[in-house]
Amino acid sequence: MKRKSASDESFNDLLQPVYKGKKLTDPISTAKDKWNLLPAFLKVKGLVKQHLDSFNYFVDVDLKKIIKANELVLSDVDPEFYLKYLDIRVGHKSTSPPGTKELFLPPHECRLRDLTYSAPIYVDVEYTRGRKIIMHKDLEIGRMPIMLRSEKCILEGLTEQEMARYDECPLDPGGYFIVNGTEKVILIQEQLSKNRIIVEADEKKGIVQASVTSSTHERKSKTYIITKNDKIYLKHNSISEDIPIVIVLKAAGITSDLEILQLVCGNDAQYQDLFAINFEEAAKLDIFTQNQALNYLGKRVKTIRRAGAPKLSTFQEGVEAIATTIIAHLTVSDLQFRSKAIYIATMARRVLMTMHNPKMVDDRDYVGNKRLELAGQLMSLLFEDLFKRFNSDFKSSIDKALKKNNRTSEFDALLSINIHSNHITMGMNRAISTGNWSLKRFRMERAGVTHVLSRLSYISALGMMTRISSQFEKSRKVSGPRALQPSQFGMLCTSDTPEGEACGLVKNLALMTHITTDDEELPVKKLCYVLGCEDILSIDSANLHQPGNYGVYLNGTLMGTTKFPIKFVSNFRSLRRNGKISAFVSIYANSHQQAVHIATDGGRICRPLIIVQNNTPKVRASHLKKLLDGEWVFDDFLTHGLVEYLDVNEENDSLIALYEDDLINSTIEGTFTHLEVEPFTVLGAVAGLIPYPHHNQSPRNTYQCAMGKQAIGAIAYNQFRRIDTLLYFMVYPQQPMVKTKTIELIDYDKLPAGQNATVAVMSYSGYDIEDALVLNKSSIDRGFGRCQVVRKNTITLKRYQNHTKDIVSGMRVDENGEPIFPHASLGPDGLGEVGMRVESGQVFVNKSVPNNTLDNVLGGPGDRSSPTPAESHREAPSYYKGPEPSYIDQVMMSVSDNDQALIKVLLRQTRRPELGDKFSSRHGQKGVCGIIVQQEDLPFNDDGVCPDIIMNPHGFPSRMTVGKMIELISGKAGVLNGSLEYGTCFGGSDLEEMSQILVDKGFSYSGKDMLYSGITGECLQAYIFFGPIYYQKLKHMVLDKMHARARGPRAVLTRQPTEGRSRDGGLRLGEMERDCVIAYGASQLLLERLMLSSDAFEVDVCNNCGLMGYNSWCKTCSSSEYIIKMTIPYAAKLLFQELLSMNIAPRLKLGDVF
Amino acid sequence: MSDTLVGIEYNRVTNTTSTDFPGHSSGDDHAWDIEKFKDTFEIDISHLTERTANFDLVHIDTSVANAFRRIMISEVPSVAAETVYVFNNTSVIQDEVLAHRIGLIPLKVDPDSLTWIDPSLDEKDRFTDENTIVLSLDVKCTKNPHPPSGSTDPKELYNNAHVYARDLKFEPQGRQIELFKNNPVVASDPDILLAKLRPGQEISLRAHCILGVGSDHAKFSPVATASYRLMPVINIIEPIKGKELTQKFQKCFPPGVIGVKDDEAYVKDSRRDTVSREVLRHPEFDGKVKLGRRRDHFIFNVESTGAMSPEEIFFKSVRVLRNKAEYLRNCPINE
Repeated sequence: MKRKSASDESFNDLLQPVYKGKKLTDPISTAKDKWNLLPAFLKVKGLVKQHLDSFNYFVDVDLKKIIKANELVLSDVDPEFYLKYLDIRVGHKSTSPPGTKELFLPPHECRLRDLTYSAPIYVDVEYTRGRKIIMHKDLEIGRMPIMLRSEKCILEGLTEQEMARYDECPLDPGGYFIVNGTEKVILIQEQLSKNRIIVEADEKKGIVQASVTSSTHERKSKTYIITKNDKIYLKHNSISEDIPIVIVLKAAGITSDLEILQLVCGNDAQYQDLFAINFEEAAKLDIFTQNQALNYLGKRVKTIRRAGAPKLSTFQEGVEAIATTIIAHLTVSDLQFRSKAIYIATMARRVLMTMHNPKMVDDRDYVGNKRLELAGQLMSLLFEDLFKRFNSDFKSSIDKALKKNNRTSEFDALLSINIHSNHITMGMNRAISTGNWSLKRFRMERAGVTHVLSRLSYISALGMMTRISSQFEKSRKVSGPRALQPSQFGMLCTSDTPEGEACGLVKNLALMTHITTDDEELPVKKLCYVLGCEDILSIDSANLHQPGNYGVYLNGTLMGTTKFPIKFVSNFRSLRRNGKISAFVSIYANSHQQAVHIATDGGRICRPLIIVQNNTPKVRASHLKKLLDGEWVFDDFLTHGLVEYLDVNEENDSLIALYEDDLINSTIEGTFTHLEVEPFTVLGAVAGLIPYPHHNQSPRNTYQCAMGKQAIGAIAYNQFRRIDTLLYFMVYPQQPMVKTKTIELIDYDKLPAGQNATVAVMSYSGYDIEDALVLNKSSIDRGFGRCQVVRKNTITLKRYQNHTKDIVSGMRVDENGEPIFPHASLGPDGLGEVGMRVESGQVFVNKSVPNNTLDNVLGGPGDRSSPTPAESHREAPSYYKGPEPSYIDQVMMSVSDNDQALIKVLLRQTRRPELGDKFSSRHGQKGVCGIIVQQEDLPFNDDGVCPDIIMNPHGFPSRMTVGKMIELISGKAGVLNGSLEYGTCFGGSDLEEMSQILVDKGFSYSGKDMLYSGITGECLQAYIFFGPIYYQKLKHMVLDKMHARARGPRAVLTRQPTEGRSRDGGLRLGEMERDCVIAYGASQLLLERLMLSSDAFEVDVCNNCGLMGYNSWCKTCSSSEYIIKMTIPYAAKLLFQELLSMNIAPRLKLGDVF
Repeated sequence: MSDTLVGIEYNRVTNTTSTDFPGHSSGDDHAWDIEKFKDTFEIDISHLTERTANFDLVHIDTSVANAFRRIMISEVPSVAAETVYVFNNTSVIQDEVLAHRIGLIPLKVDPDSLTWIDPSLDEKDRFTDENTIVLSLDVKCTKNPHPPSGSTDPKELYNNAHVYARDLKFEPQGRQIELFKNNPVVASDPDILLAKLRPGQEISLRAHCILGVGSDHAKFSPVATASYRLMPVINIIEPIKGKELTQKFQKCFPPGVIGVKDDEAYVKDSRRDTVSREVLRHPEFDGKVKLGRRRDHFIFNVESTGAMSPEEIFFKSVRVLRNKAEYLRNCPINE
């Protein structure tokens, strides 16, 4: 560990501050310092790079593709007319120089003013006006919500100072949208991969099926190849009946039985035996030629024809089905069905293989078979839908205009384009703000796609950006999709998942992952041919399945074969490492399927790994030095072929060493191909906060992942500028004594959520059972656990049709000139004054609304001369309600979109910890405060230190959170040593070194001190485990939950007490409690609880007819003779009357009890 | 005298409770005798400065020593800001937090110069020149017109960028002008940071400081901490000889505790031991050494926050305890 002598001058550069103020005084060794690749990776990509990449791709590439696909708008009326979209841009005009951005409202202003952070969408169009062809540039067709920190965002690439000028936090990850003032995240959606064959088997029913979900811009459909009674059929939703496979292949142009056998089975006799039965089926149906097959197929197609389209013959229907319906993602030109036939044959072959060997099925839960759909993809689906509607609306309005002949002026199409410009803007806004993605094209109706970004703490916002939600139903009780898949290693966090119904379905990305975007297929395809792949269309069917002949699949489609798969793959890889192909194209050989798979599609998860050759990693110390010196960035490692991205499928084709040592002395057979950058990257950002997580029982880490998001702390650098519905701040947050590398990487040390509490693990006072904590009163006095709660109150001043409007009236004063109590905190303008205290029942905005908002007060609109002199208003003030007073933090006045005045009042409370507040360490050990003890009563050690928190030792044995104990020892050593220690997963400060520090500083190696009782002053008989542990204060506080009621409001209908704390409701004596009281026989108590204290009601019952009368008069008998007054529950009276209304007469027969 | 030793064993502490009270064992008398106490009781001051004191109380019962400690922490009165009237505060720090910070600043005021406040009075009449000290804080941050070129330090760029405890100004009321003429009220640690300002921001407030006790709020506690430890005892039962062994033995204790003479370890200064119990971990010293602590030898450490000298705090704690005893004696409970 000693620094090398002066001769090693070259290393002097390393002594400069490297990353995050950490100095590197040790010589570089690849084993120790390769972790520096991780900050380099995050520096380039940021923490939410997947969202930003996806959105950037959408805006830069996908939008242009959408425009290209829908470029022409024609008119049915005038065949001469056309309008063509040439180009599309977001946020900048064609006239502005490239790279500049148009300035639009900065994001924080949008947040405050309830606006949408968006940029204009410009298109260039070419269209005809009369005879002339006109080009028009920079036509605005709507506004696009902009993802924060994406390339189109004004914050992109700003320095910290510039960000501050925009009131923006430089640590905020971005990756979300601001729509109507709320921050919205489009969660990552997990799906089964599209356009890939998945083989599944139902062993009970003996069914094997291969399915493929074809997804194109136009449509989405699923094709199945299934077995039924050992025969193979094709199934499709728009074909009414299962079609025997041989008929399908014949329809696709493979008419020779021999060729079918060759395509499906090759020379394998076993497959041939299994398949032979299918020929029989076709022969029985007398289908031998392609025409017969197509007719057979066409007859069974469910036709949904649009009105006006010509009716097709069954033959044409058959052709249409083969060409467009079946395996829709393969496009067919000139009726050349061979590629489609081969695809179907491949599917059939996979079914045969699985019938022969059931182990050949695919695993749906395997991460390699999943694709992640991000904001960009979802936005592009939405935009295309809106754009198509925009065009069709445009077209119909043009048609309408062109129908009119002999116009005075020539018709200009652009005049009608602007009418619809709002649709795109509104459509995007509505979808993002409600989260309802309804697309007509795909009959897609998805709800809950977007979520409000949780700003409880920095971590909760960050955790939301890495969250992946599954399309899987939550209610289904299957364990498969919820289980931890081995293939998740390094891709998805192993700890961070919620408990309960969404357990295992909601996942989180690991720290060092990347999600791919679509890459062009064509160049890759050409390259494959160059590398010696034989084109599938030029191969003789007989040779297709020759042993040793590997099929080359590009994105799931068989495109050729190769005889030398290993060489092909390694050649391909070396081209990729040289940067000739995109780094995110993956290739791997599958020997079971005799296939080489190449994937260029988007949504695959991949991660960078160090390339290993001849058991030595390619990343050397010299490379790392360049990185530390700032000469290189992460991408240089990629371009130099030292590091590469592997997706899950390619990982399966490689042998990855965890540590550098494993390369040399490993018991594993085979040569290593890659080396892990850092093992702690198996965890995500949220789980990365836990110190020594590898010493904890795994569920505890999962619990902490849930609780870390509820911890009160710092939110962002602009936290005091924000006006959110509800925000929690900690007054004195501290960075943890025991950090992890993840903490530094995600800047948790700059925006922490917790405090380092001195903890004594001992029993004290009996108020610490069941995980309750004992708090030191003096610590609380000095600011421990102090937090602030700020709540927003929005008031809008409306305008009404009759030209009246809401006003804010001033405060009212009493006879002494002092403001009356409810108005004590108001200023003369009727708004609360900043800094004033507001108590329950006081007003913070004295709003008045007009009495008459409907008809014009002053007789008709003609009476303009006297504009509403004395509108009568009635007060509608905003009262503050709460058990504790608040202070006015901020008052904002602005104007929202629709020209209405918007007032936001921010109310603040500062709270010190009290009995029942919830705290938690970073190890899933939560507890409430059970008692607050005076400092002098608490135990103290030789130095006079007393604990801030006393924790009961019973918390340890069953939870097995050893990491917490090690955190205490490392933290104590750090305190004594004046250093911050590390508890990084699979590493961190060594326990024995920490113990040695304790001993050197005069403490016991075990972390246990001799304490003196604060009450008696005598020594405690046991040594107490004593030291600092990072504690989080959780958002659940007693003040927000306490509730009691004696008398209070009642529901209108039943006259029973209301329900719930927010309505000051009663505490229900429920069914089971009632059972207890009945069983006990406490009839008077029962009567009191269920009637007298609830909804007692006095009724007049007529003992003659048994019905209820009123005012001592029975309406039925027209007499008052038999009226008896009695008390019944109002609900019972209501029931009787409701029964009466449905012609059932409940009659009461009264008699004496005694 | 082994019964005055607390046994420090590897995983437990034995003999923690004193047994020298009447009737505990036959034969021994143990009756309280003031003369005997006067004879044996010792006070030994080892270290005394303006802020800290370190002294030994020997031959005194735990209950009494602990009472002194507890009283020093929570019952010796001192002065701290209790009510803060904020007139203007445009800084980023919230009023409550700023008030809390001002409250925690230790003030250099003799608590005896103030009287107790009557909380039953109305807030208007509660504060008088006899019981309240008024501090004011009026700072406004402005731009420094001539900052050193290239400087990014806010302290150089702006005036009053940082507000310290020394910016609190004493405003003597009534007779206080005379009373505090020679020793005006200041913060005992003037460099405590209260708030940070930027140009255009200002703070203007008055703080009313009153007498209080630590049990009410930690800000009234006159000590940073007051505590004691028991005198460590190291008893070498079997001689520890040999260079290697003695060196290892020495290393098990803080420097200066164990001396080596003639290649044999001896206890040089057991007072410096922190009782880390490291020696009990090593099997080579098993049975050769016995650790203990003197149950009636208290090494007190008192750290004052600055209002009073530590010895004054200790004397006051004795006075408080005496008053309590006096009060108890006058209570009609001995019927």
